[in-house]
Amino acid sequence: MADKLHFSLVAPEREVFSGEVDRVDAAGVEGDFGVLAAHAPFMTALREGVVVVHQGTATRTFEVHGGFADVNAQGLTILAEHAVEA
Amino acid sequence: MASLKDMRNRISSVKATQKITKAMQMVAAAKLRRSQDAAQNARPYAERMSAVISNLAAGVSGDGAPRLLAGTGRDQRHLIIVAAADRGLAGGFTSSIVRAARERIASLLEQGKDVKIIAIGKKANAQLRRLYADRIVETYDLSSARTLTLSVAQPIADRILSLYEEGDVDVVTLFYSHFKSVVTQTPTARQLIPAQVDTSGSADVAGAAYDYEPSEEDILETLLPRNITVQVLSALLENMAGFYASQMTAMDNATRNAGDMIRSLTIQYNRTRQAQITKELIEIISGAEAL
Repeated sequence: MADKLHFSLVAPEREVFSGEVDRVDAAGVEGDFGVLAAHAPFMTALREGVVVVHQGTATRTFEVHGGFADVNAQGLTILAEHAVEA
Repeated sequence: MASLKDMRNRISSVKATQKITKAMQMVAAAKLRRSQDAAQNARPYAERMSAVISNLAAGVSGDGAPRLLAGTGRDQRHLIIVAAADRGLAGGFTSSIVRAARERIASLLEQGKDVKIIAIGKKANAQLRRLYADRIVETYDLSSARTLTLSVAQPIADRILSLYEEGDVDVVTLFYSHFKSVVTQTPTARQLIPAQVDTSGSADVAGAAYDYEPSEEDILETLLPRNITVQVLSALLENMAGFYASQMTAMDNATRNAGDMIRSLTIQYNRTRQAQITKELIEIISGAEAL
């Protein structure tokens, strides 16, 4: 897996996470989904739930409450109303 | 000619004032750092949000577009939101925002438009009430809010949305002070409804086949009201930083002016004191000679 996905998780008060990652799992209103590098453009509203960020063997988990995920050529952006690292 | 005692009192009173302005300057400087960070941390969210909306807006057009994006099709009734400070002693901070808003209001009234006003901040309210008391529909006092979060901006945004949904207003514009740097804050007008979308850079992205869950209309429907809250919050945060920067500069000037005043008063005091001593000496000597 050569390509990395650019992921940023932004809350209104600050940018919670930003960086190159391997995979992000999140909970959309119509089902959970995972995003890898070079994902097709995609946008969804998020349920209350966790966002799991995979970087190599390490994972980081964020609790996200309300928001949107936007996948485009630049990467994945999650706009969350509240986001804290779990 | 003021007596020596009067002048001594005057000097000590100016010194006391200088201590206060100096303390206020340092407090403002400390708070400025924190509020500047807050304003800068909030920028990515607001920027991403408007980028996402621009993307979506490019895809949704015509009759399907939500009213918050498309507007009511008229621009007869305007809502002007003026966000300024709750406290004073910050130079012309509030005045410059209110002046910008007043110019807009005056030109709208001249065109025969209907204008309503929401004043955020005690000082903004006081300045606007003098001129447009009957046009103010709501005022907010944020002096009790210790930190500015979404929950502070939410009630304001809800009020704006309810005014819009009840059909009382067609266009909503927010006036606040954009924090450029510590020395420059510019009063800025931002149109909230109909939403301003930047169509320039989004054309290529919109061309790509986007998948939406749920439909793009549904997403816009929830995203647009939230965008208003975020815009209000980011204006409040920028204002906060601008206010402390402006207060810091104003208090720095006041401290320096007090220093100048103390210097010139002290010189005057010493001259008067010496003149009096000389006069007394002359009196004693000429008295002794007469004997």
